[in-house]
Amino acid sequence: MSALLQRGRAAAQDQAAPASRPRSGKSAAPRAKRENLAAYGFLAPWFIGLVFITAGPLLASLYFSFTDYNLIGDHEWVGAENYERMFTDARLHSALRVTFVYVFVSVPLQLALALALAMVLDRGVRGLPLYRSVYYLPSLLGGSVAIAILWRQVFGAEGLINQVLGFFGIQGEGWVSHPDYALGTLIVLNVWTFGAPMVIFLAGLRQIPAMYYEAASVDGAGPVSRFWNITVPMLTPIIFFNLVLQIINAFQTFTQAFIVSGGTGGPSDSTLFFTLYLYQRGFGAFDMGYASAMAWLLLMIIGGFTAVNFLASKYWVFYGD
Amino acid sequence: MATETTAPATSTRRLGARRTRRLLVHIGLIGFGLIMLYPLLWMLSSSFKPTAEIFRAPGLIPETFTPGNYTEGWTALQFPFHHYLLNSAVVVAGSIIGNLVGCSMAAYAFARLEFRGKRLFFAVMLATIMLPIHVVIVPQYILFAELGWINTFLPLIVPKLLATDGFFIFLMVQFIRGLPKDLDEAARIDGCGHVRIFFQIIMPLSLPALATTAIFTFIWTWNDFFSQLIFLTSPDMYTVPVALRTFVDSSSQTSWGPLFAMSVVALGPVFGFFLAGQRYLVKGIATTGIK
Repeated sequence: MSALLQRGRAAAQDQAAPASRPRSGKSAAPRAKRENLAAYGFLAPWFIGLVFITAGPLLASLYFSFTDYNLIGDHEWVGAENYERMFTDARLHSALRVTFVYVFVSVPLQLALALALAMVLDRGVRGLPLYRSVYYLPSLLGGSVAIAILWRQVFGAEGLINQVLGFFGIQGEGWVSHPDYALGTLIVLNVWTFGAPMVIFLAGLRQIPAMYYEAASVDGAGPVSRFWNITVPMLTPIIFFNLVLQIINAFQTFTQAFIVSGGTGGPSDSTLFFTLYLYQRGFGAFDMGYASAMAWLLLMIIGGFTAVNFLASKYWVFYGD
Repeated sequence: MATETTAPATSTRRLGARRTRRLLVHIGLIGFGLIMLYPLLWMLSSSFKPTAEIFRAPGLIPETFTPGNYTEGWTALQFPFHHYLLNSAVVVAGSIIGNLVGCSMAAYAFARLEFRGKRLFFAVMLATIMLPIHVVIVPQYILFAELGWINTFLPLIVPKLLATDGFFIFLMVQFIRGLPKDLDEAARIDGCGHVRIFFQIIMPLSLPALATTAIFTFIWTWNDFFSQLIFLTSPDMYTVPVALRTFVDSSSQTSWGPLFAMSVVALGPVFGFFLAGQRYLVKGIATTGIK
């Protein structure tokens, strides 16, 4: 987000600049007008997309969330009924619980691992590009159906994990088919994709001037002290950025849960992620009104957490300037 | 590290200790990398094992090497697997072209032109990056159903042409801002219009950003499951992820071998693009930060 924010600020400055620049010559006004027209021309596809694909549907789903609609026939205005239903929908409650556990366990673990490895790699390790690629690869593949299939086997009753455990004489569970462990296997999958935040951490570590460390060493600071007093504060914008991003991503996890549970969210709804339940309501039962209400709840949750993150960031994120 | 280099007289003992430590770091990193990659390597090797062996051999070398899983998996579904590969290729190609055209046009406007509402629109564009697809999928589905586009590739491709992947607009805006302005100023003085500046100056210089966009679009679209699951409803239109899903649902314990084989086939192109485009990928996530 820090990059995004800086960009936003830069855009704002750019915007302010031409207004204050003295306009000379008669051609200024027509040129500005021409530029306006050209800009809207270049943006035409984006505008159409905004109306029909992103912002338009966003508002439409708010409207549908107050209706009863099953695709066939008319939609009927039902007021806040869909939202009221949420309070008594036990499956929605377990979907929320599963999703929250997933987000708040897997994201911190993933980021901690990403930071730890970035720090090891940042110490001028030879073969850095190779290590970086190897660790990054799971991030690219992790969201695919094929990897979810692999996970289903690896953590299955006779899967790879249990074969290895059996080697040590331990009798393992059928991890994906046990309500207590199924979610854990998906958390492991998300932690496995720590490579993307790791690459971002690496880029961030590069930005910390070496002289800070040298100065601290001269003053007798040990590695632990250097980590807490230099690395962490200097890296807080990147930690914040990764945190916001990975939380937003994790809330939207769908494919892995869908494949591992065969689309059911089972066993006993233990992998019923919010998006999976939304899919079941909307595209299994064609309960579009309720699915829209759920979509808005998701938006509120993600938006809320992002906002809280931004507000809290004032107290712990350190911007050098 | 800094203290070590400042020590004037480097005793051989210390040098040895440093070398040992460095070696230990490498052993740790390699070991960890192997654990990370082990499931992938094991899936690759298992795709050449008879299914029974998959369930009792955690090792990487197949006892019985057989390509049978591939021939069996290829024809296990209603259509031969290349049918789904081809469908995926069409969707991916359309998405790449769509993103390259739509996003670069929008990015040029945001990066180089002054217009009314720029600040607001730029903020809106950034906000759409965070918009979960799940929030807009129901009205999109209704719209595409009205248009008669369900079970075609259009709902997957047309939005890309309409620059709805704000992430790539942002990526290209970042890049274009970094290009020297003198070039387009000079072209403008020579009487070039915006269209020519866009095509003849900005686009050729933006090739690295375009390549990053193409590679990410390839990988994300190839792996995308949610929207393809929703918009593609009949087996002849299925893409690879959706076909694999029906394979999982229909298969019993006995067909894990073919299932693994087809999963390897599904991952292959992503791996290939990863190898070919690593440089762009790493730069792409380092500058914009999304996986």
